[in-house]
Amino acid sequence: MSQPLASPAGTSPAPPSPPAPPAGRPVWKGPNPPHPTATRPYKPSLAERLYLPLLGGLMVTMRHFLKNLFGAKMYTIQYPEERRDYSHRFRGHHILTTRPDGSVRCVACYLCAQACPAECIHIEAGEHPDVNIEKYPVVYEIDMLRCIFCGYCVDACPEEAIIMSNNYDMAYFNREQSIVGKGDLMKPYTFDEDRLGYRPRYPEEDAKRSKMRRDAFNLVDEARKAREREETAAARDRV
Amino acid sequence: MPTLAPPLSETGQDLSPLSAAAAVLAKFPAGSITPQEGLDQPTWIVDREILLDLARELRDNPATQFDMMMDLCGVDFPDRSPRFDAVYHLYSVPRGARLRLKVPLDEDQPLPSLIPVWKTANWFERELFDMFGLQVTGHPNLRRLLTHEAFQGHALRKDYDPARRWILTEDKMYQPHFDLPEGGDDLFERMTVNIGPSHPAMHGTFRLMAVLDGETIVASDVEIGYLHRCFEKMSETHTWNQVIPYTDRLNYCSSFINNVGYCRTVEKLLGVEVPPKAVWARTILSEFSRIMDHCVCNGTTLVDAGALSNFWYMFQPREEIYGLLESCCGARLTVSYGRIGGLSQDLPPDFMERSRRLLEIIPPFVSDVEKLVDKNRIWLDRTVGVAAISGAEAVNWGWTGPCLRASGVGYDVRRAHPYDLYDTVDWEVPVLFGGDVYDRYRIRMLEIRESLKIIRQLLDRGMPEGPWITADPHVALPPKEACYNQMESMIYHFKLIMDGIQVPAGEVYSMVEGANGELGFYIISDGTSKPYRNHARGPCFPIFSTFSRLINGGSLSDAIVSLGGLNVIAGELER
Repeated sequence: MSQPLASPAGTSPAPPSPPAPPAGRPVWKGPNPPHPTATRPYKPSLAERLYLPLLGGLMVTMRHFLKNLFGAKMYTIQYPEERRDYSHRFRGHHILTTRPDGSVRCVACYLCAQACPAECIHIEAGEHPDVNIEKYPVVYEIDMLRCIFCGYCVDACPEEAIIMSNNYDMAYFNREQSIVGKGDLMKPYTFDEDRLGYRPRYPEEDAKRSKMRRDAFNLVDEARKAREREETAAARDRV
Repeated sequence: MPTLAPPLSETGQDLSPLSAAAAVLAKFPAGSITPQEGLDQPTWIVDREILLDLARELRDNPATQFDMMMDLCGVDFPDRSPRFDAVYHLYSVPRGARLRLKVPLDEDQPLPSLIPVWKTANWFERELFDMFGLQVTGHPNLRRLLTHEAFQGHALRKDYDPARRWILTEDKMYQPHFDLPEGGDDLFERMTVNIGPSHPAMHGTFRLMAVLDGETIVASDVEIGYLHRCFEKMSETHTWNQVIPYTDRLNYCSSFINNVGYCRTVEKLLGVEVPPKAVWARTILSEFSRIMDHCVCNGTTLVDAGALSNFWYMFQPREEIYGLLESCCGARLTVSYGRIGGLSQDLPPDFMERSRRLLEIIPPFVSDVEKLVDKNRIWLDRTVGVAAISGAEAVNWGWTGPCLRASGVGYDVRRAHPYDLYDTVDWEVPVLFGGDVYDRYRIRMLEIRESLKIIRQLLDRGMPEGPWITADPHVALPPKEACYNQMESMIYHFKLIMDGIQVPAGEVYSMVEGANGELGFYIISDGTSKPYRNHARGPCFPIFSTFSRLINGGSLSDAIVSLGGLNVIAGELER
């Protein structure tokens, strides 16, 4: 293990000199030692041969046992009653977003189907009555058993028409059920921001902001209700 | 602790053995070796007649010392004559130098087997035969490796239809190939035991067939390919960016490192600059992934030996790291976080706090496990001296990564060919000399601490400001706001999704230090939007090809522990 570390620099004609490593790290300059041809296995000491370190190990398990017994944080999650908290970037079940009138935002441009590495998106386009929109998907199906939840469809969508939720409960009784159509994709969680997952331009701050907005709205709402209650009470008092 | 030779640039252009190349070239008839210019690595086009002699010369010549055959893969050019290329990537561990040998050959021209020079050639040549139908003379067991025996045709040939399916029947099963020693079978009748492919101790889907004499394994053979997913064939039918989710599934215990390895290779071919924030994040998350992988390996090895508590203690850090990765990219296991040119999205705002919290959470679990088993005689008796392999032999078998470093050879890509930010932080390459299961366990524990050291230094440096992906609109998708509001960005968006990245024609081999060793990608582009050839050199592949050699002569229970210690990941092994 003891090799001469010093060797005059510049003996090798290496043209691009690599960046200097941090000071203090020994840099091997000479030829490397030959590869060891024999193994040198670990030699246990007398105490180890007498099983003494096992006591230390027993202390560790005992500490964990007592800690768990007296109310330390348990790591087990009692699924499905309890659920793990996922971030707002979680890539779960897809959502097809809607316009304010409830129709699907998708314009059937096929970018998501093209970007999908698993080729699990099937679209059939139809002509939209509104000429400004041109197209809409007559059929929009995702095969959830093929889907690998990479989020490429969300990245590809130029209309923010497909986003992901943080719903990961997907169980089916047969393969036909796993092909999820337009109706099911438009249904879930569209209004509950806490259930949204991976989507463009909706990082955590945005989610927080929207929650604040909702809280503020709730506060205003509460205040309005309180005022109404007071007014009705005052009116009752006057009577 | 030996530190490796002075780090060379990753391109390997400053190859010191090339100065000795003239001496090697002079020993062979003129015209049999043609150097190819203008590639990322020194490349020789070699006549197949002299290949075996050349290989021996390159290995034994003290001026070249190519002691490791890193990789072998085939390439099919249907319009060219000769039609195939067998591409060898050689590596000289003492010199940190690389050399690529290309052997052009036709279907009816057999390749000489290089098993006498590098033992690791065994499985690589079988894969070549399996995927391209190229014959190898002198190979003891030239049969299909990744596909089923009843499979017809050779999948990586360009004229093989990717959608083609076969019915695989039981009458054409893989028949094990045993190198049975002569005699010595007087007390017990030999018995052949089959373990796997779906056996809990086999960690995935490997099939081990062992000839037992009493409890001792006399001869053994393994069958792999149960998790073969045609990664390389599917890469050829998808665009460059669509390959990234496939790379997640190579080593699924540390999928982010695979993303980085693949993206770096394509970036090298494209010549794209990655923003500092992405480089910083890639380094940190790669190290977290490495910690996770080592935790999985040590936890499962210990549980194979009956030490269940360690399994829980090791998996908790992994769980917490998954939380960090999920907050970055939205998935825990198959992250798909890397993109060519950077990362898929910005780091979360609480990245620093979460990472710092992880730095506090992980060490207590690691030291708990160390206290439990490091000096525990039960564990020592099970592992010390078990499945031992010396450094020289491991190099000959093509080992890299923690398993090689446990055998006394301190080769680490991060140190020998630094990439990302590894040459700017202070860390050590742990090396142990036992070469057995115990030292493989120990080295992983030491590496977890080194990884934590790297992460801590990078976090202290602070998160670099700026974008997380390159602004080149030919490589990265424009931001969504721009895509919605600007015509030009919209066009780039459509072009990138419909056509994909246009990577200039060329070939490149680039590597990162995966959790199990050198993870290399050899990519050939013909200038279109899809890879012409994408070969992944998984570190598990050479390591697991040694498995029979490791367990022969030991007891059956040792085989189980040694399989855990090797940390073979089926996704990476079978691709």
